[in-house]
Amino acid sequence: MESNKVAEQLQEYFQSIGNNRKVLTVSPDELIPLMYRLRDEYEFNYLTDETAVDYGDYFEVIYNLSRVPQGDILMVKTKVDKEKAEVPSVFEVWPGAIWFEREIFDLLGIKFTNHPDLRRILLDDSFEGHPLRKDFQWVGGREV
Amino acid sequence: MVCLEERSIGMEIKKDLQTKHPVEDLTDDPVIIEQVKRTITLAPLEKILNLARSNSLWPMTFGLACCAIEMMAAGGPRFDLARFGYEVFRPSPRQADVMIIAGTITKKMAPFVKRLYEQMPEPKWVVAMGSCAISGGPFVDSYSVVPGADKLLPVDVYIPGCPPRPDALIHGMLLLKEKVKNPKVVEEKPWKAIK
Ligand code: SF4
Repeated sequence: MESNKVAEQLQEYFQSIGNNRKVLTVSPDELIPLMYRLRDEYEFNYLTDETAVDYGDYFEVIYNLSRVPQGDILMVKTKVDKEKAEVPSVFEVWPGAIWFEREIFDLLGIKFTNHPDLRRILLDDSFEGHPLRKDFQWVGGREV
Repeated sequence: MVCLEERSIGMEIKKDLQTKHPVEDLTDDPVIIEQVKRTITLAPLEKILNLARSNSLWPMTFGLACCAIEMMAAGGPRFDLARFGYEVFRPSPRQADVMIIAGTITKKMAPFVKRLYEQMPEPKWVVAMGSCAISGGPFVDSYSVVPGADKLLPVDVYIPGCPPRPDALIHGMLLLKEKVKNPKVVEEKPWKAIK
């Protein structure tokens, strides 16, 4: 699926929608309606992957959608503030997002509003900090 | 004292027992003495138990990372750990004698490793397989890895390598066998247990 085609078709419904090198971009406020639309009208019925990147002064949450069984893929990105790292959860659109979002919360500390079970998934519950953030500092491990 | 029919196990005991066989008090007939000596051996119970233990250690089915693949290879027909009697990997800690820590212990996994060890019945042994289990290995500086199994459990045998070959694991198990058979020697002069 060509992302510029989707961006063009949906321009009138979503102000923030954009197309940057075959990637659909959208603001977090419009994320959930867009995702519903992509699932119901464009038949992106499978969330292949959800991840996030720390760019230093902002985060980007990345959704890889695909259409089964046609095999088309589409990447959607949304930019998140570093200070107020909050995104609505896509759990209601694709329930499989629940573990992806727990992992992102665990390693990058992005809060997913409306997530039913936002706990750490990979690290110990007593762990402090979010190790994939660029400003995470770690000393220790081996003994001196 | 316990009577034991002679098989390969009895032979090993007989080697270090130089005492007089009780049948010699009962008769002078050399034929009878020879026949009885051939089939019945005497040894302290603890020694026989240790022999039995050392020849059929049951490891726990338990892999933590890549080293577990080599452990599986050791259990398979090519390397055939079963030759030594150690192939019965038990899925329950309550039936296992030896815990082969094959892989990286993460901080999240550590409480469960410890609990599994505590659930194993005595006597029990621990083999640390691979550099991760020895010291944290390549991940020693990581925020999520325990630097060595001996931070959690008493380890009996360390097998270096990343990963150790199945032959190395077999060698480690044979060293453990020596250790089980000679607990005194190991306590006093550990180097003597290694032949
Ligand atoms: S020692 Fe090497 S092979 Fe074994 S678990 Fe660690 S990294 Fe993997």
